Amino acid sequence: MSASFTKSAARNMFYGGGVFFFLLFVGLTVDTVRTSPKRDNSANLTEQVVRGKRLWEVNNCIGCHTLLGEGAYFAPELGNVYTRRGPEFIKAWIKAQPTGAPGRRQMPNFHLTDSELDDLVAFLKYTGEIDTSKWPPNKEG
Amino acid sequence: MTTSATATLPPASAGNKAPASAQLKYASQAVAKPYFIAAIGLFVGQIIFGLLMGLQYVIGDFLFPAIPFNVARMVHTNLLIVWLLFGFMGAGYYLIPEESERELHSPKLAILTFWVFLVAGALTIVGYLSVPYATLAKMTGNDILPTMGREFLEQPTLTKIGIVLVALSFLFNLSMTVLKGRKTSITLVMMLGLWGLAVFFLFSFYNPHNLVLDKYFWWWVVHLWVEGVWELIMGAMLAFVLIKVTGIDREVVEKWLYVIIAMTLISGIIGTGHHYFWIGTPTYWQPLGSIFSAIEPIPFFMMTLFAFNAVNKRRREHPNKAAVLWALGTGVMSFLGAGVWGFLHTLAPINYLTHGTQITASHGHMAFYGAYAMVVMTMISYSMPLMRGREANSNASQVVEMWSFWLMTVAMVFITLFLTAAGILQVWMQRMGDQPLPFMAAQEKIAFFYWLREGAGVVFMIGLVVYIASFFIKGREDA
Repeated sequence: MSASFTKSAARNMFYGGGVFFFLLFVGLTVDTVRTSPKRDNSANLTEQVVRGKRLWEVNNCIGCHTLLGEGAYFAPELGNVYTRRGPEFIKAWIKAQPTGAPGRRQMPNFHLTDSELDDLVAFLKYTGEIDTSKWPPNKEG
Repeated sequence: MTTSATATLPPASAGNKAPASAQLKYASQAVAKPYFIAAIGLFVGQIIFGLLMGLQYVIGDFLFPAIPFNVARMVHTNLLIVWLLFGFMGAGYYLIPEESERELHSPKLAILTFWVFLVAGALTIVGYLSVPYATLAKMTGNDILPTMGREFLEQPTLTKIGIVLVALSFLFNLSMTVLKGRKTSITLVMMLGLWGLAVFFLFSFYNPHNLVLDKYFWWWVVHLWVEGVWELIMGAMLAFVLIKVTGIDREVVEKWLYVIIAMTLISGIIGTGHHYFWIGTPTYWQPLGSIFSAIEPIPFFMMTLFAFNAVNKRRREHPNKAAVLWALGTGVMSFLGAGVWGFLHTLAPINYLTHGTQITASHGHMAFYGAYAMVVMTMISYSMPLMRGREANSNASQVVEMWSFWLMTVAMVFITLFLTAAGILQVWMQRMGDQPLPFMAAQEKIAFFYWLREGAGVVFMIGLVVYIASFFIKGREDA
């Protein structure tokens, strides 16, 4: 690097750039949080959905599935599973696990009660109605 | 500065002659040793579970129900994070006293923290493996402050609190050392990175009901760690080792360091936006995330240039050739893994098709290995011989270590290539064309590439065994 570009110039670029872009990020975050209700489907964030989200978390579903594309890539995307399969299929599927089919990927049975299954389905329905800019590209996720 | 380093280190012996005996400049630097040993031990655990998961990709019911995939994955990724944290802490305890030119504030506290962290980490892993996750959540009081069940942040809330306490004790210890000693650019950058790591981890305690906001702030830990503050830590570690092994002028190194990390933050902070395309956040994140993440490879490219420049302009032949190799490898592999493989799928129109596929997995593997696993091994490679009373290991030991470098690095290149192939096919079959296949149907069709990935994983494991073996090779004193 040329001698005219001094260490203190580099240091200033680091501090200036770091602080500027972090403040910009904070500003964008404020805007995102403020305008979030337009897209985040929070109007439908019922008690049942909240219970469903907790079930999603404490059973570590993200350890195999993706949700809105994030998680593990071992099992199908579930952000749009409500439209792909419908509520009754989802509940029957969870109850029927594990399939025990030899060599096939297995999902544990989480022994959810009927009302818990309804909670989970409510959470998946709510998730499916978030405005994700038309992602995933098709119903297969 | 160089006076301080060269004062203790005897002049490099010519060629590959016997490693000179050397000692640590500050006795308290030795607390890094248990941290590094634990890091390597946990690394082994990480790879074992990686191999297990790779097998579950092709033999779906392997070890089911004893170790379901989600448990194996949690162990795999959590061990990665924890072993890197052990590595960063070891590096901090080694580097900060030497840079500050004084003993560590409290070596006793450092050792105490080590055991607390190790036991808490081990208990958490045992918890994952021995009881269903929901039971673990109940046992650890997740209802009181629910933070569990989110990717990479699966640790029970109690463990998270433990991590914060360990981090505070570590930061207190290092900050006191820095405050009382000489302040260099490397210490400053390292400390900023470590404080940032701790501060952003606090967002792991924030888990709103609103899924969009949950995901939004989840990235404040995950992205601002790996594409933000961790890069500061990485830059500082690399700069430290390069000064030591090349003897080049500190002023030059520190200027490079500032420019690199400036570019890291300029590109990486708003670059967080590449995670905000499809999770329900405003659409302006698509252009913002795309533009800034297109700049993200630049700091990694500069890091490679910097490392090669430093080695080319070296003023001394350091007898530790293996450490030099690791340092150069870190530059190249982090540029490929984090820079190139990251850029491949980071533009919004491409990411629309690749988001949440094996393409993500391929990038994740090479980026973590290239940037963080390798920089920790660079630091270990440089400092471990010194902690064992010599400037460098014997030639025989270094040859074995370099073999391990190539085995692991080439294996990781192939793991990445096979996962990329799997990912492209997955995108093609599942998301493109008129007749998209269901997820599992596509997975079965790409099983061949998962087998190849598993094979490369086995080679990686062999490389890791060779790496550990290199620690036990003494070699002739006059080799």
